[in-house]
Amino acid sequence: MSEAPKFLRPVTAPAADVGHAVTFGPGQPLTLDCGKTLSPFTVAYTTSGTLNAAKSNAVLLCHALTGDQFVASTNPVTGKPGWWTVMVGPGMPIDTDRFFVICANVIGGCMGTTGPAENDPATGKPYGLSFPLVTVRDMVRAQAMLVEHLGISKLLAVVGGSMGGMQALQWAASYPDRVRGVMPIACAARHSAQNIAFHEVGRQAIMADPDWQGGEYQLQGTTPSKGLAVARMAAHITYLSEAALQRKFGRNLQNREALSFQFAPDFQIESYLHHQGASFVDRFDANSYLYITRAMDYFDLAADHDGHLAAAFGTNAPRFCIISFTSDWLFPTAESKSIAHALNAVAANVSFVEIKSDKGHDAFLLDEPEMFGAVRGFLNALGGA
Amino acid sequence: MSNLRPDLAAIAAMIRPGTRVLDVGCGDGVLLEHLVQTKGVDGRGIELSQQNVNACVARGLSVMQGDADTDLSEYPSGAFDAVILSNTIQATEQPRLVLEHLLRIGRRTAVSLPNFGYWKVRMALLATGRMPRTKNLDYSWFDTPNIHLCTLSDFLDLTRLCDASVVEAHALNEKGESRAMDTGTLNSGRLGGPNLTAPGAIFLLKKEATQTPAG
Repeated sequence: MSEAPKFLRPVTAPAADVGHAVTFGPGQPLTLDCGKTLSPFTVAYTTSGTLNAAKSNAVLLCHALTGDQFVASTNPVTGKPGWWTVMVGPGMPIDTDRFFVICANVIGGCMGTTGPAENDPATGKPYGLSFPLVTVRDMVRAQAMLVEHLGISKLLAVVGGSMGGMQALQWAASYPDRVRGVMPIACAARHSAQNIAFHEVGRQAIMADPDWQGGEYQLQGTTPSKGLAVARMAAHITYLSEAALQRKFGRNLQNREALSFQFAPDFQIESYLHHQGASFVDRFDANSYLYITRAMDYFDLAADHDGHLAAAFGTNAPRFCIISFTSDWLFPTAESKSIAHALNAVAANVSFVEIKSDKGHDAFLLDEPEMFGAVRGFLNALGGA
Repeated sequence: MSNLRPDLAAIAAMIRPGTRVLDVGCGDGVLLEHLVQTKGVDGRGIELSQQNVNACVARGLSVMQGDADTDLSEYPSGAFDAVILSNTIQATEQPRLVLEHLLRIGRRTAVSLPNFGYWKVRMALLATGRMPRTKNLDYSWFDTPNIHLCTLSDFLDLTRLCDASVVEAHALNEKGESRAMDTGTLNSGRLGGPNLTAPGAIFLLKKEATQTPAG
Protein backbone atom coordinates (compact mmCIF):
# COMPACT_ATOMS: atom_id res chain seq x y z
CA MET A 1 0.00 0.00 0.00
CA SER A 2 2.81 2.39 0.92
CA GLU A 3 4.76 3.83 -1.94
CA ALA A 4 7.31 6.53 -2.65
CA PRO A 5 5.75 9.91 -3.31
CA LYS A 6 6.02 11.56 -6.71
CA PHE A 7 7.04 15.20 -6.60
CA LEU A 8 6.33 17.82 -9.25
CA ARG A 9 9.84 19.17 -8.97
CA PRO A 10 13.07 17.24 -9.09
CA VAL A 11 14.63 16.04 -5.88
CA THR A 12 17.68 18.21 -5.21
CA ALA A 13 18.74 16.56 -1.96
CA PRO A 14 19.19 12.91 -2.93
CA ALA A 15 20.25 11.92 0.58
CA ALA A 16 17.02 13.23 2.11
CA ASP A 17 14.23 10.89 3.10
CA VAL A 18 11.39 11.32 0.60
CA GLY A 19 8.79 10.03 3.04
CA HIS A 20 5.81 7.91 2.07
CA ALA A 21 2.66 8.03 0.04
CA VAL A 22 -0.54 6.02 0.12
CA THR A 23 -3.01 5.85 -2.74
CA PHE A 24 -6.64 5.25 -1.92
CA GLY A 25 -8.15 3.40 -4.85
CA PRO A 26 -11.60 3.43 -6.41
CA GLY A 27 -13.07 1.62 -3.40
CA GLN A 28 -12.12 4.51 -1.09
CA PRO A 29 -13.07 7.79 -2.72
CA LEU A 30 -12.67 11.09 -0.90
CA THR A 31 -16.10 12.69 -0.59
CA LEU A 32 -15.70 16.44 -0.83
CA ASP A 33 -17.78 19.28 0.62
CA CYS A 34 -18.39 20.62 -2.91
CA GLY A 35 -20.40 17.48 -3.64
CA LYS A 36 -17.81 15.82 -5.88
CA THR A 37 -15.62 12.87 -5.07
CA LEU A 38 -11.93 12.46 -5.68
CA SER A 39 -10.77 9.01 -6.69
CA PRO A 40 -8.21 7.67 -6.79
CA PHE A 41 -6.18 10.02 -4.65
CA THR A 42 -2.79 9.96 -3.02
CA VAL A 43 -1.67 11.32 0.35
CA ALA A 44 2.06 11.96 0.78
CA TYR A 45 3.30 12.00 4.34
CA THR A 46 6.27 11.64 6.63
CA THR A 47 6.58 10.00 10.00
CA SER A 48 9.22 10.23 12.68
CA GLY A 49 9.57 8.44 15.96
CA THR A 50 8.15 5.02 16.70
CA LEU A 51 4.53 4.03 17.11
CA ASN A 52 4.22 2.22 20.43
CA ALA A 53 2.56 -1.17 20.80
CA ALA A 54 -0.65 0.37 22.13
CA LYS A 55 -0.63 2.84 19.20
CA SER A 56 -1.34 5.57 21.71
CA ASN A 57 1.54 7.97 21.07
CA ALA A 58 0.68 9.30 17.60
CA VAL A 59 0.74 13.06 17.09
CA LEU A 60 -0.58 14.46 13.81
CA LEU A 61 0.97 17.76 12.74
CA CYS A 62 -0.94 19.89 10.25
CA HIS A 63 0.95 22.26 7.98
CA ALA A 64 0.08 25.82 7.02
CA LEU A 65 -0.82 27.25 3.58
CA THR A 66 2.58 26.87 1.97
CA GLY A 67 3.95 24.14 4.22
CA ASP A 68 4.32 20.47 3.46
CA GLN A 69 4.92 17.10 5.09
CA PHE A 70 8.63 17.75 5.67
CA VAL A 71 8.13 19.06 9.16
CA ALA A 72 11.34 17.95 10.85
CA SER A 73 13.39 16.32 8.11
CA THR A 74 15.23 17.83 5.15
CA ASN A 75 12.89 18.71 2.31
CA PRO A 76 14.14 16.57 -0.59
CA VAL A 77 12.97 19.07 -3.20
CA THR A 78 14.33 22.29 -1.70
CA GLY A 79 17.16 20.71 0.25
CA LYS A 80 16.22 22.94 3.18
CA PRO A 81 15.53 21.85 6.75
CA GLY A 82 11.95 20.99 7.73
CA TRP A 83 9.66 23.90 8.58
CA TRP A 84 9.30 23.11 12.29
CA THR A 85 12.71 21.82 13.34
CA VAL A 86 12.60 24.23 16.30
CA MET A 87 9.59 22.27 17.61
CA VAL A 88 9.89 18.67 16.43
CA GLY A 89 12.71 16.20 16.94
CA PRO A 90 14.48 14.11 19.57
CA GLY A 91 14.21 15.90 22.93
CA MET A 92 12.31 18.78 21.34
CA PRO A 93 8.89 19.98 22.62
CA ILE A 94 7.21 17.53 20.24
CA ASP A 95 9.65 14.82 21.18
CA THR A 96 10.16 12.17 18.52
CA ASP A 97 11.86 10.00 21.13
CA ARG A 98 8.44 9.71 22.77
CA PHE A 99 5.87 10.46 20.11
CA PHE A 100 5.13 9.02 16.68
CA VAL A 101 4.81 12.17 14.58
CA ILE A 102 2.82 12.13 11.35
CA CYS A 103 2.61 15.01 8.90
CA ALA A 104 0.75 14.80 5.58
CA ASN A 105 0.68 17.15 2.62
CA VAL A 106 -2.90 18.49 2.34
CA ILE A 107 -5.32 17.60 -0.42
CA GLY A 108 -4.86 20.22 -3.13
CA GLY A 109 -1.17 20.50 -2.24
CA CYS A 110 1.78 20.09 -4.54
CA MET A 111 4.26 17.89 -2.66
CA GLY A 112 2.99 14.46 -3.62
CA THR A 113 -0.59 14.60 -2.38
CA THR A 114 -3.20 14.82 -5.10
CA GLY A 115 -3.72 18.40 -6.22
CA PRO A 116 -4.44 20.47 -9.32
CA ALA A 117 -0.97 19.94 -10.80
CA GLU A 118 -1.35 16.16 -10.80
CA ASN A 119 -2.62 14.31 -13.84
CA ASP A 120 -6.32 13.54 -13.85
CA PRO A 121 -6.44 9.77 -14.53
CA ALA A 122 -9.61 10.30 -16.56
CA THR A 123 -7.88 12.58 -19.09
CA GLY A 124 -4.22 11.90 -18.64
CA LYS A 125 -3.69 15.67 -18.39
CA PRO A 126 -3.08 17.85 -15.35
CA TYR A 127 -6.29 18.64 -13.45
CA GLY A 128 -5.71 22.39 -13.51
CA LEU A 129 -8.96 24.20 -12.78
CA SER A 130 -10.97 21.02 -13.28
CA PHE A 131 -9.69 19.92 -9.88
CA PRO A 132 -12.63 20.16 -7.47
CA LEU A 133 -12.58 22.91 -4.84
CA VAL A 134 -11.44 21.47 -1.53
CA THR A 135 -12.07 22.65 2.02
CA VAL A 136 -10.25 22.36 5.32
CA ARG A 137 -12.78 19.68 6.23
CA ASP A 138 -11.83 17.75 3.09
CA MET A 139 -8.16 18.01 4.07
CA VAL A 140 -9.02 16.58 7.47
CA ARG A 141 -11.13 13.79 5.94
CA ALA A 142 -8.10 12.70 3.91
CA GLN A 143 -5.91 12.85 7.03
CA ALA A 144 -8.42 10.72 8.94
CA MET A 145 -8.22 8.11 6.17
CA LEU A 146 -4.42 8.17 6.40
CA VAL A 147 -4.51 7.79 10.18
CA GLU A 148 -6.87 4.84 9.82
CA HIS A 149 -4.60 3.38 7.15
CA LEU A 150 -1.76 3.56 9.67
CA GLY A 151 -3.86 1.51 12.08
CA ILE A 152 -4.28 4.29 14.64
CA SER A 153 -7.76 4.49 16.13
CA LYS A 154 -7.07 7.44 18.42
CA LEU A 155 -4.44 10.15 18.03
CA LEU A 156 -2.77 11.49 21.13
CA ALA A 157 -2.90 14.99 19.66
CA VAL A 158 -3.40 17.08 16.55
CA VAL A 159 -1.19 20.17 16.47
CA GLY A 160 -1.00 22.90 13.86
CA GLY A 161 -0.45 26.59 13.26
CA SER A 162 -2.36 28.95 10.95
CA MET A 163 -4.19 26.76 8.41
CA GLY A 164 -2.80 23.83 10.39
CA GLY A 165 -4.63 25.21 13.41
CA MET A 166 -7.83 25.32 11.38
CA GLN A 167 -7.31 21.63 10.62
CA ALA A 168 -6.76 20.91 14.31
CA LEU A 169 -10.07 22.65 15.10
CA GLN A 170 -11.77 20.70 12.33
CA TRP A 171 -10.41 17.45 13.77
CA ALA A 172 -12.03 18.31 17.11
CA ALA A 173 -15.33 19.07 15.39
CA SER A 174 -15.33 16.16 12.91
CA TYR A 175 -13.62 13.39 14.87
CA PRO A 176 -13.82 14.22 18.60
CA ASP A 177 -13.57 10.53 19.51
CA ARG A 178 -10.40 10.01 17.51
CA VAL A 179 -8.14 12.52 19.20
CA ARG A 180 -7.31 13.15 22.86
CA GLY A 181 -5.99 16.70 22.61
CA VAL A 182 -5.83 19.45 20.02
CA MET A 183 -3.54 22.45 19.84
CA PRO A 184 -4.66 25.13 17.42
CA ILE A 185 -1.93 27.78 17.22
CA ALA A 186 -2.24 31.27 15.68
CA CYS A 187 -5.52 30.53 13.93
CA ALA A 188 -9.24 31.23 13.97
CA ALA A 189 -12.53 29.39 13.68
CA ARG A 190 -13.25 31.39 10.54
CA HIS A 191 -11.30 33.34 7.98
CA SER A 192 -11.95 37.06 8.45
CA ALA A 193 -12.94 39.51 5.71
CA GLN A 194 -9.47 41.02 5.89
CA ASN A 195 -7.84 37.63 5.44
CA ILE A 196 -10.09 36.75 2.49
CA ALA A 197 -9.20 40.14 1.01
CA PHE A 198 -5.46 39.44 1.15
CA HIS A 199 -5.97 36.02 -0.40
CA GLU A 200 -8.01 37.50 -3.22
CA VAL A 201 -5.19 39.94 -3.99
CA GLY A 202 -2.84 36.97 -4.25
CA ARG A 203 -5.14 34.97 -6.48
CA GLN A 204 -5.77 37.93 -8.77
CA ALA A 205 -2.01 38.45 -9.07
CA ILE A 206 -1.61 34.84 -10.24
CA MET A 207 -4.55 34.96 -12.62
CA ALA A 208 -3.40 38.29 -14.07
CA ASP A 209 -0.10 36.75 -15.10
CA PRO A 210 -0.36 35.91 -18.86
CA ASP A 211 1.69 32.81 -18.19
CA TRP A 212 -1.10 31.46 -16.00
CA GLN A 213 -2.90 30.60 -19.29
CA GLY A 214 -6.33 30.22 -17.74
CA GLY A 215 -4.88 27.66 -15.35
CA GLU A 216 -3.48 25.48 -18.14
CA TYR A 217 0.09 26.66 -17.83
CA GLN A 218 1.42 23.12 -17.54
CA LEU A 219 -0.04 22.19 -20.91
CA GLN A 220 1.25 25.43 -22.42
CA GLY A 221 4.72 24.96 -20.99
CA THR A 222 4.67 28.23 -19.05
CA THR A 223 4.86 29.11 -15.34
CA PRO A 224 3.06 32.12 -13.83
CA SER A 225 6.10 32.93 -11.75
CA LYS A 226 5.56 36.67 -11.58
CA GLY A 227 1.97 36.37 -10.40
CA LEU A 228 2.80 33.72 -7.84
CA ALA A 229 5.76 35.76 -6.58
CA VAL A 230 3.57 38.84 -6.12
CA ALA A 231 0.99 36.72 -4.29
CA ARG A 232 3.71 35.45 -1.97
CA MET A 233 5.13 38.94 -1.42
CA ALA A 234 1.74 40.36 -0.43
CA ALA A 235 0.99 37.40 1.82
CA HIS A 236 4.40 37.50 3.43
CA ILE A 237 3.78 41.01 4.72
CA THR A 238 0.75 39.70 6.61
CA TYR A 239 2.89 37.08 8.35
CA LEU A 240 5.12 39.71 9.95
CA SER A 241 4.46 42.63 12.24
CA GLU A 242 5.16 46.30 11.73
CA ALA A 243 7.54 46.19 14.69
CA ALA A 244 9.42 43.19 13.29
CA LEU A 245 9.75 44.80 9.86
CA GLN A 246 11.01 48.01 11.42
CA ARG A 247 13.48 46.17 13.63
CA LYS A 248 14.77 43.95 10.84
CA PHE A 249 14.85 46.39 7.94
CA GLY A 250 13.86 49.89 8.94
CA ARG A 251 14.58 52.17 5.99
CA ASN A 252 17.93 50.52 5.34
CA LEU A 253 19.14 50.58 1.77
CA GLN A 254 20.13 47.42 -0.10
CA ASN A 255 23.68 47.37 -1.47
CA ARG A 256 23.77 51.12 -2.09
CA GLU A 257 24.75 54.30 -0.34
CA ALA A 258 21.97 56.53 -1.62
CA LEU A 259 18.53 56.39 -3.21
CA SER A 260 18.73 55.41 -6.89
CA PHE A 261 15.85 57.55 -8.16
CA GLN A 262 14.74 54.47 -10.07
CA PHE A 263 12.33 51.61 -9.41
CA ALA A 264 14.89 48.90 -8.82
CA PRO A 265 14.78 47.80 -5.18
CA ASP A 266 16.40 50.53 -3.07
CA PHE A 267 15.29 49.29 0.32
CA GLN A 268 16.23 46.09 2.09
CA ILE A 269 12.58 45.28 2.67
CA GLU A 270 11.95 45.33 -1.08
CA SER A 271 14.88 43.09 -1.73
CA TYR A 272 13.73 40.75 1.03
CA LEU A 273 10.24 40.46 -0.44
CA HIS A 274 11.64 39.87 -3.92
CA HIS A 275 13.72 37.04 -2.52
CA GLN A 276 10.69 35.57 -0.72
CA GLY A 277 8.68 35.68 -3.93
CA ALA A 278 11.44 34.24 -6.12
CA SER A 279 12.27 31.32 -3.82
CA PHE A 280 8.58 30.51 -3.40
CA VAL A 281 7.91 29.96 -7.10
CA ASP A 282 10.69 27.39 -7.19
CA ARG A 283 8.83 25.17 -4.78
CA PHE A 284 5.12 25.90 -5.07
CA ASP A 285 2.46 25.38 -7.70
CA ALA A 286 0.34 28.40 -8.65
CA ASN A 287 -2.93 26.50 -8.96
CA SER A 288 -2.29 24.80 -5.62
CA TYR A 289 -1.97 28.29 -4.15
CA LEU A 290 -5.37 29.22 -5.58
CA TYR A 291 -7.04 26.09 -4.21
CA ILE A 292 -5.52 26.16 -0.74
CA THR A 293 -6.16 29.87 -0.17
CA ARG A 294 -9.76 29.23 -1.23
CA ALA A 295 -10.03 26.39 1.29
CA MET A 296 -8.92 28.78 4.04
CA ASP A 297 -11.41 31.44 2.88
CA TYR A 298 -14.23 28.90 3.05
CA PHE A 299 -13.32 27.87 6.59
CA ASP A 300 -16.05 28.88 9.04
CA LEU A 301 -16.61 26.29 11.72
CA ALA A 302 -19.65 28.05 13.17
CA ALA A 303 -21.36 28.27 9.78
CA ASP A 304 -21.55 24.49 9.71
CA HIS A 305 -23.61 24.71 12.92
CA ASP A 306 -26.10 27.52 12.24
CA GLY A 307 -23.63 30.16 13.32
CA HIS A 308 -23.07 28.69 16.78
CA LEU A 309 -19.41 27.93 17.26
CA ALA A 310 -20.14 26.17 20.56
CA ALA A 311 -22.36 23.71 18.68
CA ALA A 312 -19.36 22.66 16.58
CA PHE A 313 -17.90 21.07 19.69
CA GLY A 314 -19.93 18.43 21.47
CA THR A 315 -19.76 17.45 25.11
CA ASN A 316 -17.23 14.79 24.09
CA ALA A 317 -14.77 17.42 22.82
CA PRO A 318 -11.08 16.57 23.26
CA ARG A 319 -8.81 18.62 25.50
CA PHE A 320 -7.75 21.92 23.98
CA CYS A 321 -4.74 24.15 24.34
CA ILE A 322 -5.14 27.26 22.20
CA ILE A 323 -2.18 29.56 21.57
CA SER A 324 -2.10 33.06 20.09
CA PHE A 325 0.59 35.72 19.73
CA THR A 326 0.20 39.35 20.76
CA SER A 327 1.53 40.81 17.50
CA ASP A 328 -0.34 38.46 15.14
CA TRP A 329 -2.72 40.74 13.25
CA LEU A 330 -3.65 38.08 10.69
CA PHE A 331 -5.14 35.81 13.36
CA PRO A 332 -5.42 38.10 16.37
CA THR A 333 -5.83 36.92 19.95
CA ALA A 334 -9.53 37.82 19.95
CA GLU A 335 -10.13 35.05 17.40
CA SER A 336 -8.48 32.47 19.63
CA LYS A 337 -10.34 33.74 22.66
CA SER A 338 -13.68 33.36 20.94
CA ILE A 339 -12.85 29.70 20.29
CA ALA A 340 -11.96 29.28 23.95
CA HIS A 341 -15.24 30.88 25.03
CA ALA A 342 -17.23 28.60 22.74
CA LEU A 343 -15.45 25.62 24.27
CA ASN A 344 -16.08 26.92 27.77
CA ALA A 345 -19.76 27.16 26.90
CA VAL A 346 -19.85 23.39 26.32
CA ALA A 347 -17.72 22.82 29.44
CA ALA A 348 -14.83 21.48 27.38
CA ASN A 349 -11.36 21.23 28.88
CA VAL A 350 -9.67 24.21 27.34
CA SER A 351 -6.52 26.15 28.09
CA PHE A 352 -5.70 29.39 26.37
CA VAL A 353 -2.25 30.94 26.19
CA GLU A 354 -1.40 34.32 24.68
CA ILE A 355 2.31 34.63 24.02
CA LYS A 356 4.04 38.01 24.00
CA SER A 357 5.97 38.34 20.78
CA ASP A 358 6.65 41.09 18.27
CA LYS A 359 7.23 38.60 15.44
CA GLY A 360 3.69 38.61 14.08
CA HIS A 361 1.84 35.61 12.70
CA ASP A 362 5.03 33.73 11.79
CA ALA A 363 5.96 33.60 15.48
CA PHE A 364 4.55 30.06 15.58
CA LEU A 365 7.37 28.92 13.29
CA LEU A 366 10.10 30.70 15.25
CA ASP A 367 12.02 30.40 18.48
CA GLU A 368 9.34 31.21 21.06
CA PRO A 369 10.31 29.51 24.35
CA GLU A 370 6.92 30.15 25.96
CA MET A 371 5.21 28.37 23.07
CA PHE A 372 7.62 25.46 23.42
CA GLY A 373 6.81 25.31 27.13
CA ALA A 374 3.06 25.21 26.48
CA VAL A 375 3.35 22.56 23.77
CA ARG A 376 5.68 20.37 25.81
CA GLY A 377 3.52 20.67 28.92
CA PHE A 378 0.28 19.95 27.10
CA LEU A 379 1.63 16.87 25.30
CA ASN A 380 3.27 15.55 28.45
CA ALA A 381 0.03 15.95 30.40
CA LEU A 382 -1.89 14.17 27.62
CA GLY A 383 0.71 11.44 27.41
CA GLY A 384 0.66 10.83 31.13
CA ALA A 385 -3.13 10.86 31.42
CA MET B 1 0.59 13.69 51.16
CA SER B 2 -0.56 17.23 50.66
CA ASN B 3 2.00 19.98 51.13
CA LEU B 4 -0.61 22.58 50.33
CA ARG B 5 -0.06 25.93 51.99
CA PRO B 6 -2.35 26.07 55.08
CA ASP B 7 -4.52 28.89 53.72
CA LEU B 8 -5.01 26.99 50.46
CA ALA B 9 -5.77 23.82 52.41
CA ALA B 10 -8.45 25.76 54.28
CA ILE B 11 -10.01 26.79 50.96
CA ALA B 12 -9.74 23.23 49.67
CA ALA B 13 -11.64 22.03 52.74
CA MET B 14 -14.58 24.20 51.65
CA ILE B 15 -14.87 22.56 48.22
CA ARG B 16 -17.17 19.58 47.83
CA PRO B 17 -15.94 16.54 45.89
CA GLY B 18 -16.99 16.10 42.29
CA THR B 19 -18.12 19.69 41.80
CA ARG B 20 -17.29 22.18 39.05
CA VAL B 21 -14.72 24.68 40.31
CA LEU B 22 -13.27 27.87 38.79
CA ASP B 23 -10.08 29.18 40.40
CA VAL B 24 -9.65 32.85 39.46
CA GLY B 25 -6.01 33.86 39.71
CA CYS B 26 -5.00 30.22 40.05
CA GLY B 27 -1.24 30.93 39.99
CA ASP B 28 0.82 27.88 39.09
CA GLY B 29 -2.22 25.65 39.65
CA VAL B 30 -1.16 24.02 42.90
CA LEU B 31 -4.61 24.37 44.55
CA LEU B 32 -6.51 23.41 41.42
CA GLU B 33 -4.37 20.33 40.88
CA HIS B 34 -4.91 19.35 44.50
CA LEU B 35 -8.67 19.69 44.09
CA VAL B 36 -8.67 17.68 40.85
CA GLN B 37 -6.53 14.90 42.33
CA THR B 38 -7.98 14.59 45.82
CA LYS B 39 -11.59 15.65 45.29
CA GLY B 40 -12.21 14.74 41.69
CA VAL B 41 -13.47 18.21 40.88
CA ASP B 42 -13.93 19.42 37.31
CA GLY B 43 -11.49 22.30 37.69
CA ARG B 44 -10.82 25.36 35.53
CA GLY B 45 -8.56 28.33 36.08
CA ILE B 46 -7.93 31.90 35.00
CA GLU B 47 -4.43 33.29 35.36
CA LEU B 48 -2.75 36.49 34.22
CA SER B 49 0.87 35.33 34.12
CA GLN B 50 2.07 33.54 31.00
CA GLN B 51 4.61 31.53 32.97
CA ASN B 52 1.98 30.37 35.46
CA VAL B 53 -0.43 29.38 32.68
CA ASN B 54 2.30 27.21 31.17
CA ALA B 55 2.89 25.61 34.57
CA CYS B 56 -0.84 24.85 34.79
CA VAL B 57 -0.95 23.38 31.27
CA ALA B 58 1.99 21.15 32.19
CA ARG B 59 -0.01 19.91 35.19
CA GLY B 60 -2.77 18.90 32.79
CA LEU B 61 -5.07 21.66 34.01
CA SER B 62 -7.45 23.70 31.87
CA VAL B 63 -6.50 27.31 32.38
CA MET B 64 -7.33 30.46 30.45
CA GLN B 65 -4.75 33.19 30.31
CA GLY B 66 -6.77 36.22 31.22
CA ASP B 67 -7.63 38.97 33.61
CA ALA B 68 -10.28 38.78 36.34
CA ASP B 69 -11.09 42.45 35.75
CA THR B 70 -12.04 41.97 32.11
CA ASP B 71 -12.75 38.31 31.42
CA LEU B 72 -15.25 37.25 34.08
CA SER B 73 -18.12 38.92 32.23
CA GLU B 74 -17.78 36.24 29.55
CA TYR B 75 -18.66 33.39 31.91
CA PRO B 76 -22.31 32.38 32.07
CA SER B 77 -24.26 32.68 35.34
CA GLY B 78 -24.30 29.63 37.59
CA ALA B 79 -21.69 27.88 35.44
CA PHE B 80 -19.70 26.66 38.43
CA ASP B 81 -20.54 25.12 41.79
CA ALA B 82 -17.72 27.04 43.38
CA VAL B 83 -15.50 29.92 42.39
CA ILE B 84 -12.24 30.60 44.22
CA LEU B 85 -10.49 33.96 44.47
CA SER B 86 -7.41 33.33 46.54
CA ASN B 87 -5.39 36.32 47.73
CA THR B 88 -6.27 38.25 44.57
CA ILE B 89 -9.18 40.61 45.21
CA GLN B 90 -6.89 43.32 46.59
CA ALA B 91 -5.01 43.33 43.28
CA THR B 92 -8.05 43.81 41.05
CA GLU B 93 -8.99 47.16 39.57
CA GLN B 94 -12.68 46.83 40.38
CA PRO B 95 -13.09 44.60 43.43
CA ARG B 96 -16.84 45.14 43.69
CA LEU B 97 -17.46 44.23 40.04
CA VAL B 98 -15.19 41.20 40.33
CA LEU B 99 -17.00 40.00 43.46
CA GLU B 100 -20.38 40.50 41.81
CA HIS B 101 -19.24 38.40 38.84
CA LEU B 102 -17.92 35.68 41.13
CA LEU B 103 -21.21 35.52 43.02
CA ARG B 104 -23.05 35.34 39.69
CA ILE B 105 -20.84 32.66 38.11
CA GLY B 106 -20.53 30.38 41.14
CA ARG B 107 -23.16 29.08 43.52
CA ARG B 108 -20.54 29.46 46.23
CA THR B 109 -17.61 31.86 46.21
CA ALA B 110 -14.50 31.37 48.33
CA VAL B 111 -12.44 34.54 48.84
CA SER B 112 -9.21 34.76 50.81
CA LEU B 113 -7.61 38.13 51.45
CA PRO B 114 -4.99 39.89 53.57
CA ASN B 115 -6.32 42.10 56.39
CA PHE B 116 -5.10 45.70 56.39
CA GLY B 117 -6.74 46.09 59.79
CA TYR B 118 -4.35 43.58 61.38
CA TRP B 119 -2.78 45.12 64.47
CA LYS B 120 0.76 44.90 63.10
CA VAL B 121 -0.29 46.86 60.04
CA ARG B 122 -2.02 49.46 62.19
CA MET B 123 1.04 49.68 64.49
CA ALA B 124 3.40 50.04 61.56
CA LEU B 125 1.45 52.99 60.20
CA LEU B 126 1.14 54.56 63.62
CA ALA B 127 4.78 54.05 64.55
CA THR B 128 6.47 54.93 61.26
CA GLY B 129 3.97 57.24 59.60
CA ARG B 130 4.65 55.39 56.38
CA MET B 131 2.68 52.83 54.39
CA PRO B 132 3.14 49.53 56.22
CA ARG B 133 5.20 46.69 54.83
CA THR B 134 4.45 43.33 56.41
CA LYS B 135 5.32 39.73 55.75
CA ASN B 136 2.12 39.28 53.71
CA LEU B 137 2.25 42.69 52.06
CA ASP B 138 5.92 43.21 51.38
CA TYR B 139 5.80 46.00 48.79
CA SER B 140 6.51 49.70 48.62
CA TRP B 141 3.37 51.77 48.08
CA PHE B 142 4.53 52.79 44.60
CA ASP B 143 5.15 49.34 43.18
CA THR B 144 2.61 47.19 44.96
CA PRO B 145 0.20 45.11 42.87
CA ASN B 146 -2.19 45.37 45.81
CA ILE B 147 -4.04 48.49 44.73
CA HIS B 148 -7.24 47.89 46.71
CA LEU B 149 -6.24 46.84 50.19
CA CYS B 150 -8.98 46.66 52.80
CA THR B 151 -9.68 45.47 56.31
CA LEU B 152 -11.79 42.40 57.00
CA SER B 153 -14.59 44.71 58.17
CA ASP B 154 -14.37 46.61 54.88
CA PHE B 155 -14.65 43.35 52.98
CA LEU B 156 -17.62 42.23 55.04
CA ASP B 157 -19.32 45.53 54.16
CA LEU B 158 -18.68 44.85 50.48
CA THR B 159 -20.24 41.39 50.69
CA ARG B 160 -23.37 43.00 52.12
CA LEU B 161 -23.38 45.60 49.33
CA CYS B 162 -23.30 42.68 46.90
CA ASP B 163 -26.19 40.93 48.67
CA ALA B 164 -24.00 38.03 49.68
CA SER B 165 -24.18 36.11 52.92
CA VAL B 166 -21.37 34.31 54.69
CA VAL B 167 -21.75 30.53 54.63
CA GLU B 168 -18.49 29.85 56.38
CA ALA B 169 -15.48 31.94 57.41
CA HIS B 170 -12.05 31.32 58.87
CA ALA B 171 -9.57 33.74 60.38
CA LEU B 172 -5.97 32.97 59.40
CA ASN B 173 -2.97 33.41 61.68
CA GLU B 174 0.56 34.29 60.55
CA LYS B 175 1.29 30.65 59.76
CA GLY B 176 -1.80 30.55 57.60
CA GLU B 177 -3.59 28.25 60.04
CA SER B 178 -7.31 28.80 60.14
CA ARG B 179 -9.86 29.20 62.92
CA ALA B 180 -13.61 29.23 62.25
CA MET B 181 -15.46 32.51 62.74
CA ASP B 182 -19.08 32.76 63.84
CA THR B 183 -21.24 33.24 60.77
CA GLY B 184 -24.15 34.54 62.85
CA THR B 185 -22.05 37.49 64.00
CA LEU B 186 -20.70 38.05 60.48
CA ASN B 187 -24.14 37.98 58.90
CA SER B 188 -25.31 40.59 61.36
CA GLY B 189 -22.65 42.82 59.86
CA ARG B 190 -20.06 42.68 62.65
CA LEU B 191 -16.63 41.21 62.25
CA GLY B 192 -15.33 41.45 65.79
CA GLY B 193 -11.88 40.51 67.06
CA PRO B 194 -10.30 39.03 63.89
CA ASN B 195 -10.36 42.45 62.23
CA LEU B 196 -7.59 43.31 64.69
CA THR B 197 -6.01 39.92 65.41
CA ALA B 198 -5.98 38.08 62.06
CA PRO B 199 -3.51 38.88 59.26
CA GLY B 200 -5.96 37.36 56.79
CA ALA B 201 -9.21 35.46 56.40
CA ILE B 202 -11.21 33.21 54.12
CA PHE B 203 -14.90 33.71 53.41
CA LEU B 204 -17.27 31.30 51.71
CA LEU B 205 -20.08 33.39 50.29
CA LYS B 206 -23.35 32.88 48.50
CA LYS B 207 -25.62 35.29 46.75
CA GLU B 208 -28.79 35.98 48.71
CA ALA B 209 -32.38 36.05 47.48
CA THR B 210 -32.62 36.28 43.65
CA GLN B 211 -33.40 32.98 42.01
CA THR B 212 -30.55 30.51 41.75
CA PRO B 213 -30.75 27.49 39.48
CA ALA B 214 -31.96 24.34 41.18
CA GLY B 215 -29.84 21.20 41.46
